[in-house]
Amino acid sequence: MNTVLAFGPIGSNSMLRINCPHCGERDYTEFRYAGDANKARPAHGTGDLKTWHDYVFIFDNPKGPHREYWQHVFGCRQWLILERNTATNITGASQLTDTSRAS
Amino acid sequence: MTRKSHRLPVGGHIDRSQPVSFSLDGRTYSGFAGDSLASALLGQGVQLVGRSFKYHRPRGFLAAGVEEPNGLFTVGQGGRVTPNLAGTSTALYPGLEARCQNAWPSVDFDLMAINSWAAPLLTAGFYYKTFMGPLRGSWMFYEPFIRRAAGLGQAANQADPDRYERRHAYTDVAVIGSGAAGLAAALSAAQAGARVMLIEQDWLLGGGLLSSSDSGEEQWRRQVIGQLQTLPNVELLTNTTALGLYDGNTLALVEKHDHERPDPQRGQAREVVITLHAKSIIFATGAIERPLVFANNDRPGVMLASAIGTYVNRYAVSFGERALIACNNDSAHRVALDLAATGLKVTLAEQRLELNPKSTELLKKAGVAVLTGTQVAYVLGQKSLTSARLRRITDNTELTVECDVLGMSGGWNPVVHLTSHTGIKPNYSPELDAFVPGGYASGHFGVGLINGTFGLRAAISEAAGIGRKAAMATGHSASNGAVPTLEGTDHSYSFEALPQAVAGKHGKAFLDFQNDVTTKDVDQAHDEGYVSVEHLKRYTTLGMGTDQGKTSNINAISRMAHLRDLEIPVAGTTTFRPPYTPVSLGALVGRHVKHHFRPIRRSPLHDWHAANGGAFIEAGPWLRAWYYQWAGNSAEAAYLEEMKLVRSAVGLSDVSTLGKIDVQGPDAAEFLNRVYVNGFAKLPVGKARYGVMLNDDATVLDDGTTARFSDTQFFMTTTTAQAAEVMSRLEFLLQTAWPDLKVNITSLTDQWAGMCVAGPKARAVLEAALPVTDVSDAALPHMGVREVSFNGVALRILRLSFSGELAYELYVPADCGIALWEHLLRAGQSFGIRPYGLEALASLRIEKGHAAGLELDHRTTLDDLGLGKMASKEKDFVGRELRLRDGLQDSNRWSLVGIECLEPNARLRGGAILFAASDELKGHGRGYITSVTWSVELNKYIALGLYHGGLRHVGEEIICAFPLKQETVRARIVSPIFIDASGARLHA
Ligand SMILES: [Zn+2]
Repeated sequence: MNTVLAFGPIGSNSMLRINCPHCGERDYTEFRYAGDANKARPAHGTGDLKTWHDYVFIFDNPKGPHREYWQHVFGCRQWLILERNTATNITGASQLTDTSRAS
Repeated sequence: MTRKSHRLPVGGHIDRSQPVSFSLDGRTYSGFAGDSLASALLGQGVQLVGRSFKYHRPRGFLAAGVEEPNGLFTVGQGGRVTPNLAGTSTALYPGLEARCQNAWPSVDFDLMAINSWAAPLLTAGFYYKTFMGPLRGSWMFYEPFIRRAAGLGQAANQADPDRYERRHAYTDVAVIGSGAAGLAAALSAAQAGARVMLIEQDWLLGGGLLSSSDSGEEQWRRQVIGQLQTLPNVELLTNTTALGLYDGNTLALVEKHDHERPDPQRGQAREVVITLHAKSIIFATGAIERPLVFANNDRPGVMLASAIGTYVNRYAVSFGERALIACNNDSAHRVALDLAATGLKVTLAEQRLELNPKSTELLKKAGVAVLTGTQVAYVLGQKSLTSARLRRITDNTELTVECDVLGMSGGWNPVVHLTSHTGIKPNYSPELDAFVPGGYASGHFGVGLINGTFGLRAAISEAAGIGRKAAMATGHSASNGAVPTLEGTDHSYSFEALPQAVAGKHGKAFLDFQNDVTTKDVDQAHDEGYVSVEHLKRYTTLGMGTDQGKTSNINAISRMAHLRDLEIPVAGTTTFRPPYTPVSLGALVGRHVKHHFRPIRRSPLHDWHAANGGAFIEAGPWLRAWYYQWAGNSAEAAYLEEMKLVRSAVGLSDVSTLGKIDVQGPDAAEFLNRVYVNGFAKLPVGKARYGVMLNDDATVLDDGTTARFSDTQFFMTTTTAQAAEVMSRLEFLLQTAWPDLKVNITSLTDQWAGMCVAGPKARAVLEAALPVTDVSDAALPHMGVREVSFNGVALRILRLSFSGELAYELYVPADCGIALWEHLLRAGQSFGIRPYGLEALASLRIEKGHAAGLELDHRTTLDDLGLGKMASKEKDFVGRELRLRDGLQDSNRWSLVGIECLEPNARLRGGAILFAASDELKGHGRGYITSVTWSVELNKYIALGLYHGGLRHVGEEIICAFPLKQETVRARIVSPIFIDASGARLHA
């Protein structure tokens, strides 16, 4: 009866806790979500209308593992890339987007 | 007044030495400590406690627990009123004041019972057909009727004086439910060394054991609870319901203290929401009995068989002289035996043809008359039960059995709500004819009835094993003792789902008691083509009451499956969502009330405004000075005086709320050059420039002024509303897109106080206030900036204007703000300087045609606002490419216009819909008014607005329609710059 589904290890990070590489593990309410981190923003001064259109308006809606931007708004204010499974809300590794500015 | 007691002389979990007085509809009653509101009423012979939702049929208690659909009360007085409380799960306390619901003028004599005659009106889909079908227009006719009839309780109309708390808790193993399985699992996990939290919605631990007449079981219950109480690693939470299960093993619990009458003055909480983070969770949530479906199965006196067992054994309630138990499974046999033991004449109507020999022997010994292969066809009696008409399945012959109470059992539904909250669909179990958990997530376990484990001994043994397993999953495997065993053998349990009796001419057969959904409604929905259970639910409103269909779901799905000739698992079940039982808004809100709900931001000059006649208005999170008493006693009057002062002499206003960002670094100029549409790379030191930022999609994000204080240091201001958004956006660009730029940005919004001196005499005031600083036009021209010293701290002066007058913005460190403000007022006294507030500030900018928050709505583009010429052609900037989209280039887009009123006695209003003079006044018009003010310069109402084709229409007459006030006002499209189009005043 006690069938185990593939829901990840006990006590693994969930949607509710995000590891900020700068501050440590914090409640997700300290963060702001800002979309797909796999999308490549055209470099400044480059990109035609089509490239920018796709960057701004075309979104994937993946089910499963996802890399996404979060900002630790009520903390160090660093932007980070977080791995989150959109189907289970289990969060994985996170990294600062700009290591040059992290102190 | 004394009432006949309907209590047994001994037994039960009530304290006869502690009578508890309470009231129902103003009448005083008496129960005992340990009673529920329901058991106390039944103990006083009160059976009729409500009227049904649609048909206003008389209703009594169906259940004894949280699944109760009928016995709902409004409890409390004033701001403490709570509607829709199930009397069956409400602990009795002294002075409890309850009122019956949905009955007018009283439950005994309910005029609305006339609904029964209007029944054809109220069948399945009544609401949808009335509001969405061809009868839509009849809403006006039906509304008062529906409003009256649909009133299930009334919420408080006063502020709730009670205190609600919220806390976080952490544990190794959470056990939900304290029946035999839950107790055993909790003890076993605790013995293994895990920290255990046992969660029980009732005020007593024990679950179904509390309804048992078996002294061995009671002894076991006391023994295990005793052991749990001595263990330091166990926390026992009674009166606590697990409302929902969320991601990451997070449970939402609500702990209720109503029965303790908490005192908010002493900081005592009425309810506490607990966010529980558990490493393992054991679901010991038990099962809920199903009603049988027969005509008039909703009559007071017809109850779930297990509920009768609870009332008799836990609450020592006595039920008349004759009882009928109707069932299709063995569990109800115990109730028949318990009733017979209290001296009632009991008849057992079993759907099944054969019973197991042990049951037959026990029932015979107890004197219970057993009728096998027999179903209830219908019952008789209005406000109380008199008799039941039974039908034999084999030959359809009928017989009548007189009874005062009827206990029914159609089998058991495991409580799979919580396990389903994470998205695991329940599975249909044909053996139980019910849904069981479709599996458990890692770290989740089920014990007892939720798994379909009937029999106490089997459940205890299962739970002892699982409790240990759950503890081991959290790293605990000590062996400190064992779970006590229960002597004897399990009662038999077998079950046979038989086709249920169909409602006939003898009355309605209810599936959902609370929402008055009958078999006929489901049949009708089927006839009208409804095939999905989810649609059926919404169409008939089945399971949509406060009980969320805890007693009705399976019976309805089963009927639907039968009509469609499908198996139940194919027909499917509805989705279970939190909360498991109703939760008060107060509990969810917790301490987030008043200022804790929305913290207030105050300007560093706030105290001065408050002490000097400032009236305040909320602007986003800010409390801003709106207008000042010197100018009038209302905003309407005062802002005009304040505007006149600025236009004719000089005024002082607080602009501390503007966003202020320090931008520093070798690449600071390049960075600003990228984020603003206009050029900043060549902005000279000592100068400021007005700039506009776009979103990536080329709509306008914000505007503001940025000043350069050195090669590498800039001082950016943003609008008050967009300050946080701009900061976050700039950080995003620097950290993700342009990490190569050597720039650091820091918010200084709270560090600097800001104030604006505006008006023709502004320079004179500054000269008087800062005699050593040269503020002449030559030294400080329009858009010039300087940093000087004031009382030993930095003072930044930016010559720029929002009002259109000669004006200076002055910034000092926040704690010196009031000193500078008062200094300016003193220095400017002879020039007539006075403070002006937000209303005048916003109106002055309308006269000048400055777009602000109401125009910068993230839909307007640079061109829409008439600022297209600002965009640099020399460089790239955020939003440049997407500005070129065809849709944004359309010359007929809404764009900024000025509007002047043509009717001297009429006024323009924000939000008015604009039409050309020749248009028919319907639809969305050609645009709308965004900002409006009385112009003190022009002596008329003027406005800014967005209009199709914009300034191409200058000079044309339009109609401003305001349907809310049924106004139409004639106006004309003009340039949005109403004053000083040449800018002479700015450069004075
Ligand atoms: Zn951080």
